[in-house]
Amino acid sequence: MLIKKPADIRPSEITTKDNYLNRRKFMQAAALAGGSLITADVLPAVIPGERRAKLEGVIASEYSTDEKPNSFMDVTTYNNYYEFGVRKEDPYRNSQDFEPTPWSVEVTGNAENTGTFALEDIVKPHTLEERIYRLRCVEAWSMVIPWVGIPLASIIKQFKPLSSAKYVVFETLHDKERMPGQKSRSLRWPYVEGLTIAEATNPLPILAVGVYGEVLPNQNGAPLRLIVPWKYGFKSIKGIVKIHFSERQPRTSWELAAPHEYGFYANVNPEVSHPRWSQARERRIGSEEGGGLQSLFTAAKQPTVMFNGYGEHVAHLYEGLNLRKNF
Amino acid sequence: MDTLRQLRFIWKPIVFLVCLIPAFHAVGDVYGITGDLGANPVENLQDRFGNWGLRFLIITLAISPFRLRSGWNWLARFRRMLGLFAFFYVLMHFLTWLFLDQGLYLSAIIEDIAKRPFITIGFAAFVILLSLAVTSTAGMRRRLGRRWQKLHNWIYVAAILGVWHYWWQVKLDVSDPAIYTSALAVLLIYRIWYRYQNPRKKTLAK
Repeated sequence: MLIKKPADIRPSEITTKDNYLNRRKFMQAAALAGGSLITADVLPAVIPGERRAKLEGVIASEYSTDEKPNSFMDVTTYNNYYEFGVRKEDPYRNSQDFEPTPWSVEVTGNAENTGTFALEDIVKPHTLEERIYRLRCVEAWSMVIPWVGIPLASIIKQFKPLSSAKYVVFETLHDKERMPGQKSRSLRWPYVEGLTIAEATNPLPILAVGVYGEVLPNQNGAPLRLIVPWKYGFKSIKGIVKIHFSERQPRTSWELAAPHEYGFYANVNPEVSHPRWSQARERRIGSEEGGGLQSLFTAAKQPTVMFNGYGEHVAHLYEGLNLRKNF
Repeated sequence: MDTLRQLRFIWKPIVFLVCLIPAFHAVGDVYGITGDLGANPVENLQDRFGNWGLRFLIITLAISPFRLRSGWNWLARFRRMLGLFAFFYVLMHFLTWLFLDQGLYLSAIIEDIAKRPFITIGFAAFVILLSLAVTSTAGMRRRLGRRWQKLHNWIYVAAILGVWHYWWQVKLDVSDPAIYTSALAVLLIYRIWYRYQNPRKKTLAK
């Protein structure tokens, strides 16, 4: 079941994170005070208070799932964002000094309304929506995340693409002083992603500016990122500085890194294995309250669903396309 | 107390406890005492046990070359224990995969071992280490005679497969497997060089 009535879960009802964070801090303090034999892991950087701003006027969306969202802690400490390092904890550890304002986005290519736009000017004309989406990573794990953003289709309309625009190409900021992970050549920088114009104007993708009713944390791709819920997570590019309307399909970053493992489409598909691992099942991320052995045994994998369960909205986009070849 | 007794009743227990620290740390993290397992607890446990397995394998393999260079012959007394710790952590890695990652889901386990090359070689390394562990007792050593050393040279094969298993499963960042590979390469090259220098000695592991 995908569609839920708009008022099922309000943003205010999901914010159990404060208790969660407090518990964490308490436990870590207790561990340190107890003088344990081995030092506790470095305190997770709880996002500085001044950076945590509530977003106003957010409305619910019929596209939200009613599945239970992951904790704020999971969403902000377990990230793939190679611009800040390749380990899951690197983004929150290395992005705390990143300053996401002021921010502008350069719009180029086959569109009437091109130029450089301040982020506020792109966001202002639109109503922010909360979209609680499943996120399926190509590494076979998944989360449920309450994003806040604007439908990509509405933003694209604002730039008036020409009929010659067949693809929308996105680029992440390329600045190795501000994004220390770019000092390593783990990927070819800047990070590039893209969608067909039909995919980009589908009602599901959003450009997110927030999560959990608050401004997007740096490690989650502040201040502006893409969310494409039926594709593997690497399609959902972060820290966007450029939107290009193109006639040609772009070579995307992961495609360039390993063309036989990651394709342009990257639709979630349990039947097409990654060359090295199965995509048939996924682990739902979740550090359960209290931890303990029991929670480890309940963390079993669940079956992965075609198009991450969003098939009714997107399957028609791929009619006649061989999804095994176009993985 | 003579040196042998000191070794047996003081140093061996100390080294034993030190080798257990990663295991205690893991248990502490499971219960949120020494830290925590983060957002993906199963992956966290599986990775750390796998890493400790590789580390102990390399430490075990480093004992003989180090003993020969330094002349500290007492080091040889710790080799079996360290090798068994390598097996212990690899076993924990394997059990984490079997019970927590796969949830004993048999068809997926068999498919993974058969169809995913990185799991196939990891499993092969585990089987080798298992056979070394069960033949590690003094009794088995006596019974197997000259074949024992031949069998136990397979530790090198297990280590190569283990490091290869790591290389093959990383998505992009190969810095950690590269460190293990260099360490293993140094140890292997030393072994070959030693043989070349001392053609009459059959093996350095004595």
